[in-house]
Amino acid sequence: MKFETPQTIEAATALLAADAGARVLAGGTDLLVRLRAGQIEPSAVIDIKRIKGMSDITQEDGGWRIGAAVPCSVMGEHDGLKAAYPGVVEGAELIGSTQVQGRCTMVGNLCNAGPAGDSVPAMVAAGASVRIAGPEGTRDVPVIDIPLSPGKTSLAKGEFVTSVFLPARPARSSDAYLRFIPRTEMDIAVVGCAVNLSLNEDGTVKEAHVSLGAVAPKVLDVPEAAAALIGSKCEDAALEALATAATAAATPIDDKRGTVAFRKDVSGVLARRAAKLAYTRAMGEKS
Amino acid sequence: MSRIHVNTTINGDATDYLCEAEDTLLDVLRDQLDMTGSKEGCASGDCGACTVRLDGRLVCSCLVLGAEAEGRTVETIEGMADGETLHPLQKNFIDKAALQCGICTPGILVAAKDLLERNPDPTEEEVRYWLAGNLCRCTGYDKIIRTVLETAAEMRGAA
Repeated sequence: MKFETPQTIEAATALLAADAGARVLAGGTDLLVRLRAGQIEPSAVIDIKRIKGMSDITQEDGGWRIGAAVPCSVMGEHDGLKAAYPGVVEGAELIGSTQVQGRCTMVGNLCNAGPAGDSVPAMVAAGASVRIAGPEGTRDVPVIDIPLSPGKTSLAKGEFVTSVFLPARPARSSDAYLRFIPRTEMDIAVVGCAVNLSLNEDGTVKEAHVSLGAVAPKVLDVPEAAAALIGSKCEDAALEALATAATAAATPIDDKRGTVAFRKDVSGVLARRAAKLAYTRAMGEKS
Repeated sequence: MSRIHVNTTINGDATDYLCEAEDTLLDVLRDQLDMTGSKEGCASGDCGACTVRLDGRLVCSCLVLGAEAEGRTVETIEGMADGETLHPLQKNFIDKAALQCGICTPGILVAAKDLLERNPDPTEEEVRYWLAGNLCRCTGYDKIIRTVLETAAEMRGAA
């Protein structure tokens, strides 16, 4: 195995394009586990952390651009990002332990393409996109279009994700992410749900996005659940309709961490709670 | 394949070593530099026995490649005591018997020191969450958590 430390995006894509067995290394909290377990045998590891901008969080067009190598702990320490997208940050901060937080990245979580990635639903609900660099140049793609099925992404040969972009948002907007796990820490989501809201001046919901994780082969965007909140102030009737739609949209599997019936039910419960939390935040109240 | 030459700083000392691309930082510390304080428990980032600080941030050294440490700063358990003088956390872990077999202890000490440097007055809940990635199969955690809290109070001069 070779170890490469390209200094530019072009050098990295050239290395990736020339060697189908090469793998990208950012935080390494998935890659090294698989490497050590003998599940993968890459011909080269391409460490992208020496490339300028990969470890930066910057404001752009009123939104935020987060480099592919930014550890989730750094996001959690970033006041501006947390104020704008508390749900995205809380999802990212749920991945692994303190030690894993010091290395793991949202882009790694996304490109790992596990159905239960904790940072992914909030990115989807936020309408986030990723910038992809490849031999042909760069392209921007919605986050939801990156994972295809467990372990599979839409990235082409020679391509890698260089950053995530969270768009500018109007006043009275906020988000929330909640997951269910049977313990309090260090576990994989049985169900995860993110809700992103923008409110009108009178406090009614103007725009809503609801995303579910761990209840389908890939993250779900659930517009019919979001529609239940439009025009409401997240009163009980609207939340009930939201929960019903979320439960209906979930198509989970039975496994050791949860049954189909349980996961569908919890999808509704978490959607309701995440919506209330996002609403409280969007109203500017303390949550 | 030629080995990779890495220049790094470990516990304040400029250090260099040769490693294979596959070698983890933990492999290098233990097998090449004879710094065996960091332990390998799970080799998958779950147990925290290999915890070190890399550029001021806690990481599992089993999930860092040795080659990645080029130009970076590494802090291990070996750098925690000041000569013969133990860090207050080390002294209290012994005095209050916050360990049994000792395999998890270096990782817990490194992680707890980092916590107290960031937050000199953590709540019990904050300590428990911070150390959630440090598994101990002997103590049941109670003495560990209490000792971290008592050491924090002592270091604040509040004990």
